[in-house]
Order: sequence, then C-alpha cells, then structure tokens
Amino acid sequence: MDQPLPPDHPGSVKGQRRFAAFRRGLAPYVLSLPAGLWLLLLFIVPLVIMLSITLKTCNPASGACVMTWSWGEFPHVVSLYHAQFVTSLIFAGAATVIDLIISFPIAYWIAFYGGRKKNFFLIMLLVPFFVSFIIRTLVWEFILSNNGIVLHFLKHNHLVPAGFHVLGTGFAVIAGLAYNYLPFTALPIYVALERIDRQIVNAAYDLYANRRVTFMRVIMPLAIPGIFAAFLLTFIPAFGDYVNQEILGGTSNTMIGTVIQNLFLIDSDYAGGASLSVVLLAISLLGIWLYARLLGSRTIEEYL
Amino acid sequence: MSDTSIANGTTQRPASKERPSRRPRRLGRFVLPTYSWLVIAYLVFPIAVMVAYSFNRVTFGLQLVSFAWNGFTLQWYRQWSNVPGLTSAFWLTIRLALVSTIISTILGTLLAIALVRYRRRKFRGKGTIEQILFLNIAAPEIVIGASLLGLFVTVNIARGFLTLVLAHVAFSIAYVTVTVRARLAGFDRSLEEAAYDLGANPLSTFRRVTLPLIMPGVLAGALMALALSIDDFVTSNFVSGSSVPFPVWVYGASRVGTPPQVFVFGTVIFMVGIAFALLSLGISRKKS
Repeated sequence: MDQPLPPDHPGSVKGQRRFAAFRRGLAPYVLSLPAGLWLLLLFIVPLVIMLSITLKTCNPASGACVMTWSWGEFPHVVSLYHAQFVTSLIFAGAATVIDLIISFPIAYWIAFYGGRKKNFFLIMLLVPFFVSFIIRTLVWEFILSNNGIVLHFLKHNHLVPAGFHVLGTGFAVIAGLAYNYLPFTALPIYVALERIDRQIVNAAYDLYANRRVTFMRVIMPLAIPGIFAAFLLTFIPAFGDYVNQEILGGTSNTMIGTVIQNLFLIDSDYAGGASLSVVLLAISLLGIWLYARLLGSRTIEEYL
Repeated sequence: MSDTSIANGTTQRPASKERPSRRPRRLGRFVLPTYSWLVIAYLVFPIAVMVAYSFNRVTFGLQLVSFAWNGFTLQWYRQWSNVPGLTSAFWLTIRLALVSTIISTILGTLLAIALVRYRRRKFRGKGTIEQILFLNIAAPEIVIGASLLGLFVTVNIARGFLTLVLAHVAFSIAYVTVTVRARLAGFDRSLEEAAYDLGANPLSTFRRVTLPLIMPGVLAGALMALALSIDDFVTSNFVSGSSVPFPVWVYGASRVGTPPQVFVFGTVIFMVGIAFALLSLGISRKKS
C-alpha cells in the first residue's frame, strides 16, 4: 500500500514524482513500524532484560545488582531443578507421543476421505478451543476425581479397587496435557496430508504399488515435515505448561513451568526464574533449530 | 481419487494384486470413520460434562460445583451474575479482548501488507522481522509472560489493565500477521492498478479496493486475536496484578471451590463460539 498523496500536491511534476518515489521507498518501513516497535519493546527487550537479570550478580545485603556476565546461575538452577526438567520431559514427551498416535489416523481420514465435510470435521477437531483452557482442565479434574464420572462407575462395578485414584498422579497430568494440546498435533499433520498432490498417489498406484507400499513410501515421507512440526508445536507448549500439573497433578510431580511461576510470583526470585526461563527457551529453540537443519527453515512456518 | 485408479488398474492387474487394495478400502469406509468419530467424541466429552454440570443442583453447603449429580436446575443460569468477582472478571476479559484485538489487528495487518508487498531488496530487515514473528509464536508462553513481568518490574509500571493490553497485543500481533499474510499471498495487484488508472488516489484505492479484498483475511486474523485474548491464562497471570481477567479469576477460585456460574459462562461462550464457527462454515459453503 502506498502512502496517501494529496491530489493537488504543490511543486513541479518532476518534484512530485520524486517525492512519491521517496514515499514509496519508505512505505514498507512506515507500515511495519508500529508492529515492529511493539514487538521490539514488549517482546525482544523483555527477553534481553531477562537474560541480563541472570547474568548480573546481586549483593544480598544491599540488593544492588551489577552486570558481571556470570553464567554461573545456569548450572546452579539446572542442578537445583533437574528433577523437574526430567519430569516435564517425560510428561510432555508422553503426551506428545499419545497425541501423535491419536491424531494421525483422524487427520489422514479428514484429508483423504473428508470430502465436502472437511471443514466441519476440522471444526470438530478444534472444538476444545471453544472452551477456556482453564475450564477444560477443571472439567478433567471433575472427570478424573475420586467420585467423578469415570472412577465412580469403575468402582461401583468393582473394576478397580476402592482406593484407586488418578488425580494427583502423573497419569492425570499426561491425560490433561494430551487432551489440551491434541488440536496442535492434529492440525499440522492434517495440513501436510492435505497438501500431498493426489496425482503423486495415483501415480504410485499406476506403477503397481499396493496401498501399504504407497502409504509407507509416498504418503509417509511427504507427511514427515508435518509430523515433526506437530511434535514441536505440541511438545514446546506442553513442556512449559504448569496449569495441567497444578490442577491435575496435585503437589507431587512438579514440572518446570510450576517452578518458574512460583519463583516469579511467590518467591520473587527473579534471577532464578529468569535463568530457568532462558533454559526453557533455549531447549525450545534447539528443537526448532534441529527442525530447520533437517527439513529446511522455511517449512515449519507453513504449519503455524 | 482412489476409486478411479482402481477402476483403471483392474483389467491389467493380476487377481492377487486386488486383495490388498480392497482391504484398506474397508479401512477407509469403516475403521477410520469409526475411529475418527470416537476421537471427536473424546474431544467433545469434557465439554458435554461442563454443560451438564452447569445444570447441576447444589443440595447443601456452599454454592460450589459438586462432583455428584444432584438433579437438574436452571438456578445458575438465572443467577448468572450472582458471583461478584466472576462477573467483573468476565467484563474485564471482554473489554481487554476488544481493545487488544483492535490494536493487534491494525498493527498486524499493516505489517502483513509490508511483508507481502515488498521484497528483501526494498525492505531491509524483512528477514529479521520474520524471524522475530516466528520466535514469538514458537516461544513457550511462560517465557513470554515471565519476561514481560520482568520488564514491568524493571521499568516500574503498575500491573493492571494497561499491562494486560500491552501483553495481549504483544502475543497476538504475530498470529494476526501470519494469518493475514497467508490470505494476502494470492492478492491480485492489477485490481489496484486499475483503480489508479481510473484516477483513484492511494487512500481511496486502499479503502475501496484493497481493504474489501483483504477483509476476509483481516477478519480471520481478528478472530484469532480475539480467541487468544479471551482464553489467555499464562501471560495474564503474570501481568494482571489487581485487575483479574476471567481465566485468572476462575483458576484462583477453583483452588478453593468452583462456583457453578463458571460453567454457565463456559457453556455460553462455547455456544456463541461454535454458532459463529458453524455459521461462517455455512456461509462459505453457500458462496462456493
């Protein structure tokens, strides 16, 4: 879009044209300035501040902090909270694998057999997003609770012992994570499968490949970038999640997100919280970097 | 597509080749649909529970959602505004969502136009902006929330509605930009040139040609921002301070006991959202 020019602009025709060209050259910068500034001040600067908090050394007595470029906080927090990192890794990893297994067949079905109802099925896939994340998790607390629908039924029919419980265990957290992030997994896989050129699939059949061979050697390789994108888009938010753990997991099995939240909001230990956040961000970026190295940097953006 | 290929191939294929191609067809006709409907049932199940519990009677004690089913009542719908903190939190969320959606949609759309229109040669820093957008979407939300809290504490801004707006726009812009850019990619610039040739100035060209054409993309981006803002808990929890949005209030209340009105709000928001989605689906189908 060009900048508006007054219709009767003073000056010679030549000057006018030069002015318009100057403005046109400026246009991309003018257009991107407001958003760019907002992102700079409220996304990049905060990240820089967070990094600088961890690199400073504070005097515990006076509270004054000086920049010492000390990276010692990182090994310190990692050794302090490595158990929570491992728990997050296991919970988020298990939830992501479950989601990949659940969503591949349904994404495949919608992409290849959805027909005219494709968009309807996509809305059904996104249906959890129409309910607030917190409420969704609360409802799972109700469902999985000791007197809740599922356990009440199982206990009533003596299918599980009376003392059996799910809430407050890692299984409840994994179940909550898997439910809450399922659409993040299913959509990228669907996009990848949907994008496969049907001519290529038909060509495989014409060349006497049977269904299994076509699936394994044509469809799967083309779906791999989508599966990997689905893995990252599910694993990264699940890894930093603390809502599922706090509502469904009780006080045990603390995840790293819970630690960060408590350090910031309860203990006011900004240095510790900031270093853990930087580590969390670094782990996420590592995953994305791996994706970019293996599958090309442009492709992941197509799944956002 | 697959049926035609089988029909073409049957005459030349040996009989043994037909079996494997027929079996997966049953997979597509029976196994996969059944499985998919089961997954959809799994996705809908907690929502059905939420709707059901919004009608659950409370027989004794405090007016909190109980695990046991005590009978049907419309009491919570009639008394939807009886929980003072909840109602004000809800209206705060609506105000916040509207303000941050308007800001982030305008900013994100302008940025998307700049990214689609101008090549790297004419737009230095384009690659950097694209990487920042990507980083913004990919970063774990807790990192964004925590870093914003660090900023507000460092520059000493009191946490409240202002910081919520600043934060919500900060995490919505990238989503709006990506959504609008995707819809803008197939934009036909010759229509704008035609407007110029017919004597329209750039402003009226934008208002009367460009904007109507990109409107579906802008609306999609705005809906995205609206949904993100209404649903946001993690970032809001860091930067909300004294003004508490709906998800933060619900989370805080749930640690002591959930008032049934929470599920009433949840049910109504769900119904409105799904009605909009199905309506837009119907419109787009009619158009095509």
